[in-house]
Amino acid sequence: MKPDTFRNLIRNPLFWPCVTLTLLCAVNFYFNRGFFDIEIKDGHLYGSVIDILNRAAPLMLIAMGMTLVIATRGIDISVGATVAIAGAVAAAMIGGSLVIKDGVQTYVSNVPMPLAIAGALGVALLCGLWNGLLVAGAGMQPIVATLILMVAGRGIAQLITEGQIVTVYYEPFFFFGNGFLFGIPFSLYIVAVVLIILLLLIHRTALGLFIEAVGVNPVASRFSGIQARTLVFSVYAFCAVTAGIAALIITSNVKSADANNAGLLMELDAILAVALGGTSLAGGRFHMIGTLIGALIIQTLTYAIYSLGVPPEINMVVKALVVFGVCVIQSPALREILAKHAFRTREVA
Amino acid sequence: MNLLARINARTLPLIVTSLLFVALFAFGSVSYDSFFSAQVFLNLFIDNAFVIVVAIGMTFVILTGGIDLSVGSIVALTTMVTAALVEQHHWSIWAVIPLVLLMGCAFGVMMGVLIQYFELQPFIVTLGGMFLARGLCYVISIDSISITDPSYAAVSEYRIMFGEEAFLSISAVIALVTLAIGIFLAQYTRFGRTVYAIGGNERSAILMGLPVARTKILVYTLSGFCSALGGVLVTFYMLSGYGLHALGLEMDAIASAVIGGTLLTGGVGYLAGTLVGVLILGVIQSLIAFDGSLSSWWTRIAIGVLLCLFCLMQRFFEHGGSKLSALFSYWNKPEEEGSAGSGAQPAR
Repeated sequence: MKPDTFRNLIRNPLFWPCVTLTLLCAVNFYFNRGFFDIEIKDGHLYGSVIDILNRAAPLMLIAMGMTLVIATRGIDISVGATVAIAGAVAAAMIGGSLVIKDGVQTYVSNVPMPLAIAGALGVALLCGLWNGLLVAGAGMQPIVATLILMVAGRGIAQLITEGQIVTVYYEPFFFFGNGFLFGIPFSLYIVAVVLIILLLLIHRTALGLFIEAVGVNPVASRFSGIQARTLVFSVYAFCAVTAGIAALIITSNVKSADANNAGLLMELDAILAVALGGTSLAGGRFHMIGTLIGALIIQTLTYAIYSLGVPPEINMVVKALVVFGVCVIQSPALREILAKHAFRTREVA
Repeated sequence: MNLLARINARTLPLIVTSLLFVALFAFGSVSYDSFFSAQVFLNLFIDNAFVIVVAIGMTFVILTGGIDLSVGSIVALTTMVTAALVEQHHWSIWAVIPLVLLMGCAFGVMMGVLIQYFELQPFIVTLGGMFLARGLCYVISIDSISITDPSYAAVSEYRIMFGEEAFLSISAVIALVTLAIGIFLAQYTRFGRTVYAIGGNERSAILMGLPVARTKILVYTLSGFCSALGGVLVTFYMLSGYGLHALGLEMDAIASAVIGGTLLTGGVGYLAGTLVGVLILGVIQSLIAFDGSLSSWWTRIAIGVLLCLFCLMQRFFEHGGSKLSALFSYWNKPEEEGSAGSGAQPAR
């Protein structure tokens, strides 16, 4: 039954995100024949695709956390501010100063690097706990609860950096954002580890089901014995930790922490990635792989705009048009019309 | 007694917000010389005229249970288009202002149609609108364009005197007139009642036969109009067009509405509260400016703390004082929807 297979394919939630990404790659390939080329230089993999993956790493991480939050009917608009705070903490703790050791000039960090990383992630976790407390504990609407940290967060980050851009001079720290392991950017390993842990938790335990149950109907999920509040609380904490990890990668990549601009509009990109990946913002069903594809769509789009020689100013216009386009394509209203015309059968809602 | 009886869960946030404003102003007057003057008070209106106008549109959108993230960038786009037309094409001020107001409305209609007829999330659609408007600014120019047209300078410098020393700018008067029209629309027209009904329960509003689709699109149009009008006021205030004007204004507008007692779930709130919300943000900025030793980032932290306090207060009062159930109401709310047949539906 060919039409059936096709219909099943088209109804697969990953279908439209994959089509969008493939189209974008095709556009890139058309204008730049070397787009898919990967070469090995100094034992590292180099190429446009690797570059896109590497640059999309922070967004992929945050979007994964955001997916879980959105699946519980929530939203976290404070991740950008969390990135700024965690980045500021990491940069302030590592800092780095020039000392002469055995006649050689070396940079040493202010505190041991593991401590600084733990500090940054700990502060990010605190941000998440705060959000979780407001949403699950005080019962605020998620958008208002996280708006508080979003507004105050950059102020707090500036408090930490004292309004300056803190530069990091400590060599080993740069490995997060710029390092390669077995030829592949290190940041991708971080993404892979987080993804594998998440997928195991979601598919090998009942956690995924619980999260979707809370998103579909919080009250019913509570009656069926799910600890809805604890679950929501931990989802916000997890989302903030992913933002903290992303902050480490971003800070390490640009070798500085800028409280005003680090992670600016990151929350919107992350939500966009989730929406592009086919997860409904109304909660319930979520698609972790779709989210990753969504994040790649955003980064590939940015790459395409730059490589086409389009002035970067137009980046935002194109992004907006893609948002509108993808949303309309994914909208139930348009799908219904399309389904009616394509198969001449009435879909049973 | 009659007055006390009118204090209920809906008016209490408004009263507390007003008291807080008075307290903050009194604190400033005690702490700093020359803070207590009519002009410092009127300056709040002059410096925040565009925020007031934008927050009015935002309040209408929030009352329907939606959100509009595009307001800040529409303000920026308005200043940019105005500056480009006035400076580079030498248009008259009387041709430019209606044009940009129309442009704001068109933006709003577009987003409203996408939200209503394609059943898209307001958050995502207006986010797209935000990118689009901000991006269009940079298409016009990435640099700031200053407006040297004498008519803009004249409007900007004109002072409406109150007594010997105090004055208001034309922008502030426009903002107050907009507020008055907004209050009239919200409280005394069929449109306003429909807005509140949609925010209370959209499904019921449809069943009651109210023009929900038309009203929702109108609300986004109104917000687009208010943003464009806010943009015009910014051109009077800044005398320039720039793609980075009004960055983050949407958050200030949302914060003002929330501090003023509007619930982001929709259906509850007053425009007067939004005005007080804007004034509170303004008075905090004045306090920090008068102090001189505090850094600017304390403004953001203070606004965050205030937001938090007000939201917590609303949590305790929105359910008529039954504190225990208020704590759990976020989790109980979908139950009401569920009985209407929508809550139990899977998303896809």
